[in-house]
Amino acid sequence: MRTVAVVGASLAGLSAARSLRKQGYDGRLVVIGDEPHRPYDRPPLSKEFLAGEVGEADLVLETDGEDLRAEWLLGTRATGLDARERAVRLADGREIRADGFVIATGAAARRLPGSDGLAGVHVLRTLDDALALRDELARGGRLVVIGGGFIGAEVASTAYALGLDVTVIEAAPTPLAGPLGADMGTIVSGLHTDHGVRLLCGVGVKGLSGESRVDAVLLEDGRTIPADIVVVGVGARPCVEWLEGSGVTLDNGVKCGADGRSSLAGVVAVGDCANWYDPRAGAHRRVEHWTGALERPAVAVATLLAGGAVESGVPRPPYFWSDQYGVKIQFAGHSVGADSVTIEEGAADDRNVLAVYRRAGEPVAVLGMNQPRLFTRWRKQLAAATS
Amino acid sequence: MMIPACRLADLPRGEAIRLDVEPPVSVFHTDDGEVFAIDDTCTHQDASLADGWLEGCEVECPLHASKFDLRTGAVDAPPAKLPVRTHEVVVEDGMIYVKVSTEAPNLPPCVSARLAGGPA
Repeated sequence: MRTVAVVGASLAGLSAARSLRKQGYDGRLVVIGDEPHRPYDRPPLSKEFLAGEVGEADLVLETDGEDLRAEWLLGTRATGLDARERAVRLADGREIRADGFVIATGAAARRLPGSDGLAGVHVLRTLDDALALRDELARGGRLVVIGGGFIGAEVASTAYALGLDVTVIEAAPTPLAGPLGADMGTIVSGLHTDHGVRLLCGVGVKGLSGESRVDAVLLEDGRTIPADIVVVGVGARPCVEWLEGSGVTLDNGVKCGADGRSSLAGVVAVGDCANWYDPRAGAHRRVEHWTGALERPAVAVATLLAGGAVESGVPRPPYFWSDQYGVKIQFAGHSVGADSVTIEEGAADDRNVLAVYRRAGEPVAVLGMNQPRLFTRWRKQLAAATS
Repeated sequence: MMIPACRLADLPRGEAIRLDVEPPVSVFHTDDGEVFAIDDTCTHQDASLADGWLEGCEVECPLHASKFDLRTGAVDAPPAKLPVRTHEVVVEDGMIYVKVSTEAPNLPPCVSARLAGGPA
């Protein structure tokens, strides 16, 4: 293999480039990114960076003096993959021919229909999104967060600490019920009301009002919630439109095997755009977790360099974290299919909890709130029990 | 400075203890029976590596995904970018002693600020 193109220059793309070099690939390496920035870390964007506690330099993912001997094509979007010509087409007209391709184009924040061009309405996915939102939060006022998921909750927490008046609107009856289940979703989202942040659940958003700038969020039950700033945190969709017609099978992202290979030879996918087969779950799962973007590229790159399937082993249970209102929230495993959740340590009222999810008596997931030590123990046990 | 940590017999393999010196130091007893001491605080964010995931000669930060090599202090992956200090370990008469490094520690920004007396 003489040229590998990594399409996507965030954590998954950088991890893939590092894995290539670590696994002995010595050929030409091209990394393509649609943002103008070098690879940067996203988790602080909704937390320390948004709060102004860390700056852009702190987000850089590369270490001082790191040289991957890669050609970085930044600020240019991939528009197509030509499988026959073995080439990636870029928006600026260039074409990069390669023998191997790592697809790491991530996911894009979903927006609210009809909100384009209305000032004061934000999503939070990229550094530029965070810069724009940080400037607005600094002015203070009433913030309405649409979506009570992790991004929405972290923004609410950060804005609360900055002194804003915050309301969170969640369409589902319980925030975070998807990843955490209803019981634990109730406990974790209780952090909002503990701090005087209003949480409105079970009500959809009809639209936004305002002339050039947003002034309120209109709810489906007829209520009007005044707003100076609105953050839309309603999930993300995989950035794979550019692969349509390429022959790469798309199904909620790039459909991949347990080793990261796509339906096309010489093409693997990693990170938020990739829908990997998870042998532990017995199903394909597109997991938008930082840890997956860090860890899985090593397997995908091994697949690419081997020219076919590799023994990928069983990955560790998915893991993610969140920080809200000073509480460290950690979760590992799959809560889907659990038939019981028990609090093994701490108390729900104190927002200090170690909870274990079980299916037929076997642990399948674990949640920690301010319980890093016990959480690690359970996380290890979970990995051992189901590997 | 030579600090007595604990009796080797009191630290089972696979376990770690934190010494409350400033900044804190952790002593790890690996599954293979080796004993190592490193700075306890992850260089990325305030987290105790003694609470982390010990595997072989590496410990993974309990919060995020960076792993530190107990032998060298080197970090393998983001979000941490700087190594932790390693400290010499002496086992004498069944007692573990740590000789604390005189190098400057790599502490996360929030912890450095706190130690300097500034806002946490």
